[in-house]
Amino acid sequence: MIITLIMVGLLLSGGFAWYMESKRTGQAKLIALLAAIFFGISFIVYLTTSPENYSELVLLTDFSWINTFNIRYMIALDNLSNMLLLLTFVLLIVAILISWREITQRQGFYYFNLLATIAGIIGVFTAADMFLFFFFWEVMLLPMTALIAIWGHENRHFAAIKFFIFTQVSSLLMLISIILMAYLHKQQVGHLSFAYQDWLNLTLSPEYSYYLMLGFFIAFAVKLPSFPVHSWLPDAHTQAPTAGSVLLAGILLKTGAYGLIRFVIVLFPQASIEFAPIAAFLGLISILYGAKMAFAQSDFKRLVAYSSISHMGFVMLALFSFNANAFQGAVITLVAHGLSSAALFAFAGMIYARIHSRDLRDMGGFWKSSPVMGGFALAFAAAAFGMPGLANFIGEFYSLVGAFQRFPLITICAALGIIGSAIYGMLLFQSSFHGPVKNSFIDLSIRERFIAITLFAFLLVIGLFPNLILQYSFNGGL
Amino acid sequence: MLLSLLPFYPLISFLLIIFFKKQLSWLQTSVLSVGAMLLCTITSLVLLNALNSAPDGVITSHLWRWFSLNNGDSFASVNFAFYLDALSAVMICVVSGVGFLIHLFAAAYMKNDENFGRFMAYMNLFIVAMLILVLADNLVLLYLGWEGVGLCSFLLIGFWYQEKANVLAARKAFIVTRIGDTSMAIGLFMLFNSLGSVNILEVSDLATAQWQIGNNDAYWICLLLLGGAVGKSAQLPLQTWLPDAMAGPTPVSALIHAATMVTAGVYLIARMNALFILSPEVMNYVAWVGASTLLLAGAASLVQSDIKRVLAYSTMSQIGYMMLALGAGAWSAGIFHLMTHAFFKALLFLTAGAVIYALHHQQNIFKMGGVLKRLPFESGLFIIGLICLMALPGTSGFFSKEAIIAQLWSSPTAGQALWWCAILGALLTSIYSCRLFFIAFLGKERFSHQVENSSSKLLKIALLTLACLSLVGGFMAPELGQVFALNSSDIIPGKDPSWLHTVAIATPFIGIGFSWFYFKAYRGTDLQVFTKAEKNSSDNPVSSFCLSGLGFDRLYSILLIKPFVFIARLNRRDVVDQTLMSVTWYVGLWRDVLVFSQNGFIRWYAAAFALGLVFFIGGWIL
Repeated sequence: MIITLIMVGLLLSGGFAWYMESKRTGQAKLIALLAAIFFGISFIVYLTTSPENYSELVLLTDFSWINTFNIRYMIALDNLSNMLLLLTFVLLIVAILISWREITQRQGFYYFNLLATIAGIIGVFTAADMFLFFFFWEVMLLPMTALIAIWGHENRHFAAIKFFIFTQVSSLLMLISIILMAYLHKQQVGHLSFAYQDWLNLTLSPEYSYYLMLGFFIAFAVKLPSFPVHSWLPDAHTQAPTAGSVLLAGILLKTGAYGLIRFVIVLFPQASIEFAPIAAFLGLISILYGAKMAFAQSDFKRLVAYSSISHMGFVMLALFSFNANAFQGAVITLVAHGLSSAALFAFAGMIYARIHSRDLRDMGGFWKSSPVMGGFALAFAAAAFGMPGLANFIGEFYSLVGAFQRFPLITICAALGIIGSAIYGMLLFQSSFHGPVKNSFIDLSIRERFIAITLFAFLLVIGLFPNLILQYSFNGGL
Repeated sequence: MLLSLLPFYPLISFLLIIFFKKQLSWLQTSVLSVGAMLLCTITSLVLLNALNSAPDGVITSHLWRWFSLNNGDSFASVNFAFYLDALSAVMICVVSGVGFLIHLFAAAYMKNDENFGRFMAYMNLFIVAMLILVLADNLVLLYLGWEGVGLCSFLLIGFWYQEKANVLAARKAFIVTRIGDTSMAIGLFMLFNSLGSVNILEVSDLATAQWQIGNNDAYWICLLLLGGAVGKSAQLPLQTWLPDAMAGPTPVSALIHAATMVTAGVYLIARMNALFILSPEVMNYVAWVGASTLLLAGAASLVQSDIKRVLAYSTMSQIGYMMLALGAGAWSAGIFHLMTHAFFKALLFLTAGAVIYALHHQQNIFKMGGVLKRLPFESGLFIIGLICLMALPGTSGFFSKEAIIAQLWSSPTAGQALWWCAILGALLTSIYSCRLFFIAFLGKERFSHQVENSSSKLLKIALLTLACLSLVGGFMAPELGQVFALNSSDIIPGKDPSWLHTVAIATPFIGIGFSWFYFKAYRGTDLQVFTKAEKNSSDNPVSSFCLSGLGFDRLYSILLIKPFVFIARLNRRDVVDQTLMSVTWYVGLWRDVLVFSQNGFIRWYAAAFALGLVFFIGGWIL
């Protein structure tokens, strides 16, 4: 029940924030922050007191929703969703803090949208009924589109529409797959069912399952995003407000990876193994293409956006290697990338707030006036290019070690991504903080320091003690 | 216990300085950073002593389990654990000892820099990473140190970040070494795939037990590890970053780009010797990489006009000797040379730094001259450094270099051709050393400024200690028999012809004699000679080729960088995106057509109706 309460609570506090903002300006962000902290803590308290160990999917809530089609409201948790939910709460708090001064227009509605997106995302990570999953998949999309379209940068409408259409078209394929699966269930068992755990017991004929799997795969590959359907991401990221970018990179992309793990690999193991070489190859191209495109950019946020594509390529490659190490690597990379790219986008926002430009050519020599900011920017760039000791390295190392055992040649090529990431990471850091001094401005404020320290502390702790995450077993690898 | 603390002294100092650098005075910062290094040095010496009484000659220290890899039937744990044997003991003594002296020097040398605190903090951080590198008991932790020193090197080369050239040099150093690192990472994946472990000791045992000599896996793994080593140690073909790295402050060049970090590749190969022995072909490649770097860098060093670049190329060529030794299986000799080289090259760089400082940041040797008279103390120390570099009998360089050369002739993986390369290299070394000394230190002054004599005691103590170490270092040959026990039978002494030693000892003197006459003009007072020589080095195609580092930069620029940048530029708009967006164009086109057709004119509708009818009927009839 707790998850439902959190979702409803977030929505209600979003509405409350919206209402209170009209009474008195400046209330909304405070309410949103308090709500985020309150629900985050209650989730942690719930987890620590819960007797389950969540190594298997645990059904929390189950009641009938649409009787005619046997659609049920089912919420379930396991370690994978728990971890992604914790990441969601951390990044929600970061996102609210980042918006603190940046958003000045229609604040109430903004925070409502922010909390509504998170409510939808929580639903996506916990739904155990496929129709419900699809419902939340759409719910998280709408407020996110609104965030981009209303509070974005100069080209925001185009980016919002592009984001919306890409996701819609691909999720249509998923919807078809979902309905077909329900009918297959009817054929085999005698009644319709959208329940994930019922589907696990279905025996699928190979030719069906391959196409059904593809329906899911394409939807999630667009969300991940993977080459060649990645191109919504740079536009959406660049145009979104900072908090929007943080949520997009930090959590929304992870719903794609989550879907790949839970619905593609676990539901269709046979078809996935058959499809694995193609998926791994797509992952490889994403890694290299993303890194190369990142190098070519002169827009700070666009560069980070393309680097996200590169990192998600590692996840794709690792997931489809069907290797225990690689799977752990994919899970760690999800968390690590969520934190490090969120941090880099946050820095893009902080720089934008100071010089009103995202263009790297306008930057240079920031170190002179803001050494603290420079130090953190270097740390986050280092995380992004896989510096050992920080979380991303653990993810990449596990992924590549594991993937090598199955696809040695692809992995060797993918390892070139290590060079690529160094190139764009250096470009990003040096063109903003090194070189002749072009701008000078005040260093990080206390609020910004808090954001940077929090994110860095997480990256460092996971990088040095990855067992904090790895001690939990995640279903789906083998 | 003592062992696990070792990297934490500089780490704590780093953290304190970086967090409180605004509040700390020069003295406090210096005491913190240099004091941490002093603690390190003492601890290292205590550990070296404790090693004698330790069981098996090994001390280990386990901090925590980092992570564990699933290798099919069990878990191979990767720990934060240190492993100290005779080899790593030599390394920690060199790193902390030389590091301490260079910190001492830097505290005086960088005193007036506005970012003094940041500089000392980075230097401390570098020592942390370097100590982890040499103490790591598994290859992943070693990789952590490996990347860590790379990052610190990047930060310190770009320390004066406002100069465009420094920024580019820093970037180049990082990316070029990253290419090597990637090769090493792939080697690691392969190693884990075939042996199921990354622990150095386990891997060595497993490989020796499971693989025959000439095993295919061993070949590839060693080759990939060699890739990592050449990147870090600035050997062919990844050597191009080192000369540019001289953009960093001089203590950095001494610490990172001469004494410690650049020898990490040598350490890696020596550490993995059990694996390399299984693959004689790769050993042979190692020897050839070393020999060719030795000669090419020696040749490039002959024409440089920047004193630091002369020393940089000289470093490359000396590391070439170490590689040559490793390739020949003369492991102990290679590590011995690593140690003595750390002493005398640090001395040379620091003295050069002192001279540059005294001459108001003049690095061009053609604009120096007569320094011997003006700065006798520094010049004397520089001479000590040079005679060690040339390996004149009695100096530390002599013992270690002779130890290498003596084992080349009859080594199964080296041989006579490589012996001649080493001799030729020694000749080149003594020629470029003499040229440098004649141009910069003899003759008439060619600078107009007043010489600014540094009176700092710290500086002098550091330099004097290094000079003593350079002179007597030859008698401190490390006892590494136990570490490399596996391989000691390969080289059978006594078969070598008797004239080999004589030639090896005589070579530097031949070089000196040759230079004495050939570079006669440089000792003179005729100023014309120098302007002509400087002009000549850029006009003459051969020497300008050598001056630019034998064209490697240009080659890589044409082969790799330009195509990469070109493709990146070409595809800046993302061709995939353009293709997908052409759908919108298509939809838009149809929208326009349909909007155009819905224009409300009856005649248009009638015409369209009639035309449609004609088509329909026509189609039906045909």
